[in-house]
Order: sequence, then C-alpha cells, then structure tokens
Amino acid sequence: MKRFAGFAIGVLALCAIVLADNALLINGAGATFPYPIYSKWFDVYHTKNPNFQFNYQSVGSGAGIKQVTEGTVDFGATDGPMNDDQIKAFQEKHNGTGILHFPTVLGAAVPTYNVEGVTGSLNFTPDALAGIFLGKVTKWNDPAITSVNKGVNLPAADILVVHRSDGSGTSYIWTDYLSKISEEWKSKVGKGTSVNWPTGIGGKGNEGVTGSVKTTPNTIGYVELIYAVQNNIPYGAVKNSSGNFVKADLGSVTAAAAGAAKEMPDDFRVSITNAPGKAAYPISSFTWLLIPQKVQDTGKRDAIKGFLSWMLTDGQGSVEALSYAKLPKEVVEKEKKAIKNIQ
Amino acid sequence: MTGRLRWRKFVSNFMLAMTGVCAFVSVLVLFFILGYLVFNGGTSINWDFFTKLPKPVGEAGGGMANAIVGSGKILLLASLMGVPIGFLGGIYLAEFSGKGMASVVRYAADLLNGVPSIVIGIFAYSLVVLPFKHFSAYAGAFALGIMMIPITLRSTEEFLKSVPRMLREGAMALGASKWKTIASVIVPAAYRGILTAILLALARVAGETAPLLFTAFGNRFESHGWSQPTATLPVMIYTYAVSPYDDWHRQAWAAGLVLLGLVLIINILARTILSRGFAIPRS
Amino acid sequence: MATTTTALKGAGPVTGSRSFFAKLRDGDEIARLITLIFATTVVLITAALVWELWVNSALPREKFGFHFFVTSVWDPIMDQYGALPFIYGTMVTSAVALIIAVPLGIGAAIFLAELAPPRVSDTLQFFIDLLAAVPSVIYGLLGVFIIVPVMRTVIYPALNKPFGYLPIFKGPSYGVGFLTAGIVLAIMVIPYIISVSREVLLSVPRDQREAALALGSTRWESTWKVVVPFAKTGIMGSIFLALARALGETMAVTMVIGNTPKIAASLFAPGYSIAAVIANEFTEATGDLYLQALIALGLVLFLLTFILNGLARLLIVVTTQKGSEVGG
Repeated sequence: MKRFAGFAIGVLALCAIVLADNALLINGAGATFPYPIYSKWFDVYHTKNPNFQFNYQSVGSGAGIKQVTEGTVDFGATDGPMNDDQIKAFQEKHNGTGILHFPTVLGAAVPTYNVEGVTGSLNFTPDALAGIFLGKVTKWNDPAITSVNKGVNLPAADILVVHRSDGSGTSYIWTDYLSKISEEWKSKVGKGTSVNWPTGIGGKGNEGVTGSVKTTPNTIGYVELIYAVQNNIPYGAVKNSSGNFVKADLGSVTAAAAGAAKEMPDDFRVSITNAPGKAAYPISSFTWLLIPQKVQDTGKRDAIKGFLSWMLTDGQGSVEALSYAKLPKEVVEKEKKAIKNIQ
Repeated sequence: MTGRLRWRKFVSNFMLAMTGVCAFVSVLVLFFILGYLVFNGGTSINWDFFTKLPKPVGEAGGGMANAIVGSGKILLLASLMGVPIGFLGGIYLAEFSGKGMASVVRYAADLLNGVPSIVIGIFAYSLVVLPFKHFSAYAGAFALGIMMIPITLRSTEEFLKSVPRMLREGAMALGASKWKTIASVIVPAAYRGILTAILLALARVAGETAPLLFTAFGNRFESHGWSQPTATLPVMIYTYAVSPYDDWHRQAWAAGLVLLGLVLIINILARTILSRGFAIPRS
Repeated sequence: MATTTTALKGAGPVTGSRSFFAKLRDGDEIARLITLIFATTVVLITAALVWELWVNSALPREKFGFHFFVTSVWDPIMDQYGALPFIYGTMVTSAVALIIAVPLGIGAAIFLAELAPPRVSDTLQFFIDLLAAVPSVIYGLLGVFIIVPVMRTVIYPALNKPFGYLPIFKGPSYGVGFLTAGIVLAIMVIPYIISVSREVLLSVPRDQREAALALGSTRWESTWKVVVPFAKTGIMGSIFLALARALGETMAVTMVIGNTPKIAASLFAPGYSIAAVIANEFTEATGDLYLQALIALGLVLFLLTFILNGLARLLIVVTTQKGSEVGG
C-alpha cells in the first residue's frame, strides 16, 4: 500500500515536471462554421509564436456564447451575434464589463443534398427552401423544385431534412434568412441558434450535418461552404433578391457584404442575409470572435490582441484557400481601431 | 404415447439447441466487435498515432498523442481520488461499523453506482467547473473518481469480510491492536480481491465519455498541469466519429481499438488475479 | 489475578471501559475515525449529488410544475420546455432493447446454467463479462458505421415494404432512429441479463430439477416449467437491471438516435432520449431556465434508474435467498 502510494506520487511528480511548459494556453469555444479556418490559423500562429497556444473547441455557437458568458473559456465564437439579452447576461456576470464582437471572415451557408442520380448543382427558390424546412414540400419531384431545375431527373422520393441538433450560428444564419423570405417561417419557427424545427433529424455541428448528408440518400441540409467542398458533396444555387440563381463562392459572398461594409455599426453586429445586389449570395454571413472587454490576465490579453492584429492582416491571406471570403477593407480598418477597446 | 413422447423430446432438443445458439451469438458479438476494430483500426495504428498532435480540420495525418496522455492523467488522478475513499470506507464497513451506519453507507454507495454517468457529469460541472471557471483535468478526474468509489467500497468490504476468522483471531491473540491486525494481516490476505476491484473500477471509467464532455472538455494541444481542458481518448473518438472526414474516421477506429484493448487487458488481468484465489493459500 | 504483561501494548483488561485517550493511544480509535470519515464522505457525496440536482432544477419546477412531464414542446427560443419527447424516446428505445435482449439473454443464460459443462459455462461467461466491459462510445462507433447502413439498406426495406401500413413501420428511414438505438442498446444490455440470470438459475436447488426429471419430464420441460419459474423473480431483477442500464446510456444512443425532440409512432423515425439531449445541449444552454430544464431531466433520469435499481436488487436477493432456503 505504501509502496503503491509512493509510486503514484512519483509518477504524478514526473508528469508535472515533464509536461510543465512555458506556453500560455488560451481557451476558446464556439462556432463550427469557421472551424476549418480557425484551426488552421491557430496552428500557424502557434508555429510563429510558440509561447501561445490557442485551444479552440468546435462545439457550436450556442455553447460558445454560454461558455464565454460563464467565464469557463477566454473567448467565444459565433455566427449568430449575441442578442441584447445575452449581452446583458454577460454584463451581469462580469461586473458590468461588456463583450466585444470581432468579425473574422465571411462565409456562406449552402443547401447541400444527396439525391440519387443528381451530381450537379440544383436551383432553389426561397419558397422551396422554406417549404422544405417547414415540412410542406416533401418530395424531391415537387413542382417547387422541378420547375426551376428543368432537365434534371428528380426522383419521387421523400426529402429527408437534416438540421443542427446543437445551438448553432449556422442555424442562426439559415433561420435568419428563412425568416426574412417567409412570413410563415417567421411566425411559426423564428430565428435563433436553437429553434423548434418542424421536421428532420439533428446532426451535431457542421461536421455532423455533413456526415449525415454524405451517407444518407435523399437528404438535404445546410452547412458552411467549406464543409461541402472538402467533402465533395453537391450544393445548390439560391435565388437572390434580384432574381438570379447564385451559387456561393468568394465573389458572391463578398458582393453580399458590400453594402454592410460601408455601414458597419460600431459593435459589428449585422446581418447580411438576403442582401441586395445582382451577384450577391443571399445566405452569407460574417462570423465573429467574442472577446470580453476586460481580460484579467495581462498575458492572455496581449496574446489575444496580438492574434487579432495578425488575423486582420496576415491571417486574411489564408482564408480564400478554404473558401471563406476576406473581410472588406473598411471593416478591417474599423476593427483594428476596435482592438484598443480590449483592456 | 410414443408419438407424443417423440414430439416432446424433439421440442426439448430443439429448444435446448436454440439456447446454445443464443449463448454463442452473444459471445460472437464480442469477437465481431474486436475483429471489426482490428480490421478497421489496426492499419491506422502507427507511430504517428501515438506521438503526434491532431492536425487542423481537413488535413490528413496527425495523431492522438494528447488524448492518450490526457486520458492517462485523468485516470491516474481519478484513481487517487476514488480508490482511497472506497478502500478506507470499505475497511470501515468491514471492521468498525455498527449495523445502522453500515447500511446507510452501503445504500449510498449503491445509489451512487446506479447514477447515469451523464448525471455525474452535471454534478461535476456544477461543483468543480463553474466555481473555478474553467474546464480542467481535475474536474474530469473528480467525475470519474466518484464513479470508482462504489465498486471499490463494496468489493473491499466483501473481500475483507471473507478473510478467514482464524487469521483475525490469531493476530489478536498475539496482542496486535485492531488496526495493526487490519493493516498487516487482513488487508494483505484480501489484497488480490481488492486489487481486482480497483482494476475493474478503472476499466469501467476508462471508457466513459459522457462525464468528460463538460468537465475535461477538450484540447487540440497537450494540456500542461491539471487545471486546463484536456483531450481524452473517448471524447476524441466521439468527435471524430460524427465528423464527415474519412481521415478522422480512420483515426477514430484506431483510437477505438486502443481504448478497447486497454479496457479488455485490464479486465482480463483483474479476473486472472482473482481466479488465483483472493486470500493467501494456507500452506 | 494475572496482570497484563507490559510487553503487550494495548492489550488492557477486557472488561471495563478504557479512557478515550487510552483508546487513542492504541491507534484503533484513530483508525476507526479515519475510516469513518471516508465512509461518511461517500454518503456526503451522494447526498450532495441529489441536493444539487434538486436545487438546480427549481426554475422549471416553479414555472411548469407537473406540466413539465406531459408537454412535448422543446423550444429554447420561446423558453418552453417539456420533457415528454425525451421520456418517450428513452422508454421506446429501452423497450425495443429489452424485446430483443430478453429472449436472447435468457436463452443464453439457460444454456450456460443448465446445459453447458462447468468449464464451458465459465469460459463463455468470461467472454460475456468482457462484452459488458466494452465502452459505450465503441458501441456508438459500431452503431454509426455498421448498424446505421444495415438499417437503411437491409432492415428498413425488409420491414417497411411488407409491413409499411403499420404505424410502427411507417415512413422514411434516415438510418438513425428509435429502432437503431434500440438495437445498439440491446447488444449493450444482453451481458447483464445473461450474467444475473445465470447466477439465479444456478442457485435453484438441484432437487427441483431432479424431481421434475424423475416425474418424466424432458430436459427442456424441467428447465422451462420448473427451474425458470422458480428463478423468475431473479430473472425479472436482471431485466430491471438491464433496463436501468439502458435508460442511462448516453453516447451510443446519441450517435444513432437522430437527435430530434419529437414523438413519432414509427420505429424508423428519429427521436431523442433524456441522456442524449443533456449530452448535446448542456454546454450551450444559455439562460437559467434552459439549463435548469436540462438538469430537471437529469433528475428524472436519476429517479427512474434509482427506482429500477432498487427493485432489481430486491428481486434478485429474494430469489437467491429462496433458493438457499428451500433446500439443496
């Protein structure tokens, strides 16, 4: 018994020594939407600055907001900006200091599907999308879909809807769009990170939805563009407010942000779904890092500020390779000034 | 008469054969699981798997070094938390307690044993994560440690009680005080059984995922010390399995094989120790 | 009167109480106190757990009262929470699991207890114990990659085409759903049914069997009509134990159930269980009511497993005692 105890203590001590390191660990959690670019950024940043380790857990925007409010992580990430109630809740838990939103990239939520025999890009009207997710358009060969996809052989199979099971910024973007183009959706379901979906199964994270669509025939889901691209699953074009069917890509997402860039509010909370513009992709969005206004640990504070500056300059160089669009110049300039607000 | 008897005999043989089928099917499942894991995960177990950190999303390669170390750390700490409580509590039940106190403690232990692991996770979150404001290895260890207590407690009590009276009485006749009897005679006599129980408790919590979801959370890097979020093998398997990336699936299989291998080895070890007898043989 | 020799430390006179400090000097009292403290810790931890669950689920109790159990809406935006879909999902998947596992498990237990020679029986039991040790997330892994595709390509067509008019087999299949989760759970609980049933069957006294055989019954008849009924309370206990395990299963279920808080009659429909929703939504429940609603679900789960485990233990003890009382 004594020998065992001594052995255990020895091992513990060894562990503590061996694993003790000088690197400062900064913890974050949140959206799965930008996870591919964040994981790349944090990896690259760590190689450039070995003293800092940014540990980001892709658990969904809802969890990101909650954990940064509770203070169990140093920063959060979300594609659905915090609403006023959530910001107030944060202030109450943190002695009145606030939380800041920093846009990082522009991305797009795309309708991705797995239909037998269909390998190309399908066109979706706003009404079709609303109908599908409301559970009213139930078959792939429904006129709402076939009428805008002439020449494509759509089967008479049931549409299986896949949505998010966790609190998701991607869901926020999707439901925000649906609320704008469908009165019925707005009154029946509403927008949010976690809604009462009328139909479908839930996948965990963008990863889970992609996985479900990839493996289950006749499904449709919504994911961030890069997930569809990286996994070689087809995604459709959506009819924008000018009447054009636009597929999500760097150009169409940047076009969607053009208007907002000029009129960006000071707190950076803005929605660009169903944006005007001939070439705009209607389901685009910024995604934000949530940084507390006051960071207690000076080491962490400087690390975060350093990362943000890097992200706005060098970091933007690697986003297009992963199909995210760069932030508009005006937004970058505004953010650089806003970094000073972090104390 | 003989016709009816023949039918009854036929039914008898048939039904008994069916029970044999049931038994073999049940056992076959174990080998199927093992085989499938070896087949799918075996090829992915290479040096990288054990030594490298995870790569960014979508990039192939990388390993689970941090998860393996993280699991090891948490299990070690969980044992240090749970085993002494269970062991010493078991001694109390077997050697010192009166009937009333004993049944209360036993009841509490049985209750704790039946609590679903996700609920233990909730408990650990409210008690250890929230007040300290971060996810940590010791929060995870706390949750797992609690789960180890009931098995250790009940087994310690059982095995201590089953030590032959003659050993006890002999020691006391020689004038040893009670605690000395326990420490130098009874516990060593029962050590095999107790060790088995500890190993089985360890095997049980080694595979637990749910309580770690909101205590240890997760980490892409090595976790230093005990107060940082920590990657663990079961949580990594879960994360990778529900993702769409084939490379991650491959790694999930490999991790599953490692985890299952670990759990089975501990189990087999424990049962082998126990089958050799739980008390020192009378020479 | 013989005086105690000084060499015997601590061996004072047997009669008469010694002073507290004398006992303390022994070290016995210290040992007793130390072990008592640890034993009390166990009780304290359990009490703290129950207390935390109760206290931290006060809000939904105040707001919804009993309606919490019978509402089926789970809407975080409107802050409306009802437990019914999760209770339903937990019950349905467990029921499916038992329907599959009980016949298989009892059959296997009968084989191991009655037919197999002791060495074969012990070896097979050894493997079955190992099956019980397989972690839940591994079952989840196999569920996602093996059972879900099989469900979609083999089981669903086999059941839906001929029987699709029945409510339980209606509708499309995603591969995930109640039936898939039930199958995975069945595999997980079979070992519990087998080991406990085998134990209780073995404890049935020999003369019960021998009497039946002497009266001219076949082997099967003596087993099924005499031995099993004798042990039936214990076997019931094993079923309750298996049920308790199935109710609390988290990872394997959440990977194959479909994560949809809806009540549906079809076994192919996606659903949700109490443990799965806690695992998925706990870290992101913003707002106190949301979080406490999840904790309330945890409390419900805890109470269910508590009652089942208690009943199980009672039934098993009663049977094994009966066996030793009746003779043999």
